[in-house]
Amino acid sequence: MYVVVIGAGEVGTSIAASLASDHEVVVVDVDPDRAEQLKYELDVLTIAGDGTTSDIQSAAEVGRADMIIACTDDDQTNLVACGAAKTLGDGFTIARVKSTEFLRTWQGSEGAFGVDFMVCTDLLTAENIVRVIGLPAAVDVDPFAGGLVQMAEFEIGEGSPVAGQTVSEADRFESLTFVGLFRDGEMTIPRGDTDIVVGDRAVVVGSPESVQSFATDVAPATTPDHADEIVVVGGSEIGYQTARLLEERDFTPRLIERDADRARWLAENLPNSVVMEHDATDTEFLSREHVDEADIVVTALGSDEKNLLISVLAKRLGVDRVIAVVDSPDYVTVFEEIGIDIAINPRTVTAEEITRFTYESVAENIAVLENDQAEVLELELTEGCGLTGRPISEIVAESDVRFVIGAITRNHQLVTPRGDTVLRAGDHVILLVESDSVGQIASMA
Amino acid sequence: MTRTIDPRATLSYTGSIVKFLSASMVVPLLVALIYGADVLTFAASMTIAVALGTGLERLDDEPDIGPRDALAVVSLAWFMAAVVGAIPYVIAGYGTSSALAHPVNALFESMSGFTTTGATATAEISFEQHSRAVLMWRQLTQWLGGMGIIVLMVAILPQLAVNGAQLMESEAPGPGLQKLTPRIVETARALWLIYLAFTVALIAVLTLLGVTGLAPEMDLYNAIAHGFSTLPTGGFSPEAESIGAFSPVVQWAFVPFMVIAGVNFALFWYVLRDDPREMFENTEFRMYLGLVTGFAAILAVGLFYGGAPATEIGGITEGVTENALRQGVFQIASLMNSTGFATADFAAWDTQTQFLLLFAMFIGGSAGSTGGGIKVIRWLILLKTLRRELYTTANPNVVRPVRLGGEVVDEDVIRGILVFTLLYVLVFALSAVFIEIDTTRIGEGLTGIEALAASLATIGNIGPGLGPLGPFGTYEFLPNTTKLLMIGLMWIGRLEIVPVLALFVASVDER
Repeated sequence: MYVVVIGAGEVGTSIAASLASDHEVVVVDVDPDRAEQLKYELDVLTIAGDGTTSDIQSAAEVGRADMIIACTDDDQTNLVACGAAKTLGDGFTIARVKSTEFLRTWQGSEGAFGVDFMVCTDLLTAENIVRVIGLPAAVDVDPFAGGLVQMAEFEIGEGSPVAGQTVSEADRFESLTFVGLFRDGEMTIPRGDTDIVVGDRAVVVGSPESVQSFATDVAPATTPDHADEIVVVGGSEIGYQTARLLEERDFTPRLIERDADRARWLAENLPNSVVMEHDATDTEFLSREHVDEADIVVTALGSDEKNLLISVLAKRLGVDRVIAVVDSPDYVTVFEEIGIDIAINPRTVTAEEITRFTYESVAENIAVLENDQAEVLELELTEGCGLTGRPISEIVAESDVRFVIGAITRNHQLVTPRGDTVLRAGDHVILLVESDSVGQIASMA
Repeated sequence: MTRTIDPRATLSYTGSIVKFLSASMVVPLLVALIYGADVLTFAASMTIAVALGTGLERLDDEPDIGPRDALAVVSLAWFMAAVVGAIPYVIAGYGTSSALAHPVNALFESMSGFTTTGATATAEISFEQHSRAVLMWRQLTQWLGGMGIIVLMVAILPQLAVNGAQLMESEAPGPGLQKLTPRIVETARALWLIYLAFTVALIAVLTLLGVTGLAPEMDLYNAIAHGFSTLPTGGFSPEAESIGAFSPVVQWAFVPFMVIAGVNFALFWYVLRDDPREMFENTEFRMYLGLVTGFAAILAVGLFYGGAPATEIGGITEGVTENALRQGVFQIASLMNSTGFATADFAAWDTQTQFLLLFAMFIGGSAGSTGGGIKVIRWLILLKTLRRELYTTANPNVVRPVRLGGEVVDEDVIRGILVFTLLYVLVFALSAVFIEIDTTRIGEGLTGIEALAASLATIGNIGPGLGPLGPFGTYEFLPNTTKLLMIGLMWIGRLEIVPVLALFVASVDER
């Protein structure tokens, strides 16, 4: 592939570094020194200049590029760069944005701004935090269909209430589907009467809320329940999105924000959270509000120093789990060595997401399970393909490929698949298929 | 923009409104022609009113009004409407024994009509004393005032459309105007059409009951007359015994229409637009229905166990299920949203049941309805604010907005509601004191609860009070000073205090 990366900050550099070995990569950065420096650090071509102009884009041969990744620190720059790239050629454009407003506009009308795929840093980070908080028992968790659908793999431990039940007994959630069951390393396609035993690994696909509820069933001891005290320190965009996603999963987090206007805004937009207006670095305040008794503390303040301070403070006060947002990738290890349970870096998260997207694959999104025995794929169905127009049960009965449809999204709405559901062109289908049959199933889509 | 009001432009606008409002005297004029009485009265009244309106209108050829003038226009227009509306009473009553011949009584009656209060300053309501035309005018003033004369004028007068939103805002009951369409004229028309449709429906139902013989005393005249005073939560009736003059089936027929009159009319617009969820999920609507049902149930039980002595009108309720239920439901449906119809003389009831009624009167209808009072939505927001304040006192760092049906209520709106409610209670209490002292002065002293009820019945645009001011009583014997105060109370009660006060504040600023 010929890839043009616009913006050589931490995200751009990280993406370029992971792509450089297999692909032709050109990096554009506005800072000549940075461009010069990168030329020696990575095996890529660098161009210094404004990546939104057609001059520079022509110089980077954007017209023949397979993929254009705009990942500067500025939302508008990234959107304009993608829009400009679309005038020159037909490469796949990826834009990194901070604002969830842009993401919402883009989701409302795919292809808006000339962007083919949009990664929202703050939202992605928040989703990561919530996954870490909500599903500590999961072996593997992957988002699909822009976060509407989650796939999770759970190990059924000793004493799990689900052990000994049949699949139909365990699957009591409306929008959740059991797609696979691994026993002694062997995959089986679960049926309603399949027994679940200790040591099994269950793969489920469904809405994030139903996966969360299922996690409570599988591992009640480790999965936080709704009575658990979660404190988010800092009402930044990440803090806000984290609280919002926690609310969606029926938690009632407490959010601490210093600025009065921002606190008011947060309180208005987070009906099920308790927003407190105070300086979180005030230890007296923290003990007065019993933050020490919290089960989970997330620090999402504007600076790493403050996050470090609060994290250490929370740990010393006796908080079970502390999750810190760390702006500088270099500090991640420092945080974790000090004893902070998890340090999350938004840039790393973004770079990983974009890199994951660049894997050449038939599917839009994949997750590989259990030593490549099976894959969970997200496929967009085209007009007149082999999966549309008939009920799912008929297709499954006639096909010799073993696959299970876990979830369908239609116009950004989750549709729970049933035997009589008829798929349509434009649907996104999240399905589990044995790795050997990936090609076959992809040719049907 | 100047800081003071522009008197010429304001008066000119008021003149236009008065002029067109006078045209509505065509209705009593027609009635007069049919029954052959008081034709001259209405011909003369109409001429005077149109001349007055045109004269005022001529003060400014191209009136241009700002927000402050808009408040003044609304306040003045309502006052002038009452003045013009009083003319027929004075002319018709001249030389007869009618109390309405006295200008203060006439103005009281007219203001009571336009503000949909329904308190009467005449002792005798009968066709012998007043012609059918005069009594129809009395009903019509309520209908015009119900949805609001400003809303009506915005709907039909293109020159008012520019400032329409400002004007309607000052008139609309409740905290804020709900704009249904991008153009204010269409909003005004939609509201009036819904209002008209319900009125026609009620007239049809009543006529049908009359024609089928279920209610022989309900003729077409009565059906129209009561249609004109139910939807506006008025309360006037050409019958001396109000709705008690009709059979139980008619009384039941009134209940749903009175309840509807206390609902935000904008909600019906959503129903028409195939969006009934907007109505049934509306917090105020649900609260309103809940309050009506709750109060009615308590009152019915109270009446069943002897809350009312056996009276001539309304009959015995003690131990009689249907009657206790009907009296309870009717009185609450009528008094809570400030209609003021009655099927029983609750002025003769026990103090406990009267207190229940007084409490219900304090609540009022919904915002955007035709009802008076403090309004359900204000109580809701007040209670939620109170709870929030208690919570934040215990948790000083917590930021917590007040929410209504999931929507955040702006702090400015909350402040406005606090100010309004405080003013309302203050004016209500001070007026009760004044009424008490003033009536004692002429030797007609009211009891404490009667003075409170009188004050509440006028500022809340309810109508009937307690004691001698009860549903079958009259305000006639009150001293003129008290009547003038009450005219003021009805006026500021209908416009929700602020526009009227702003008028006085504006004139003070000018000095």
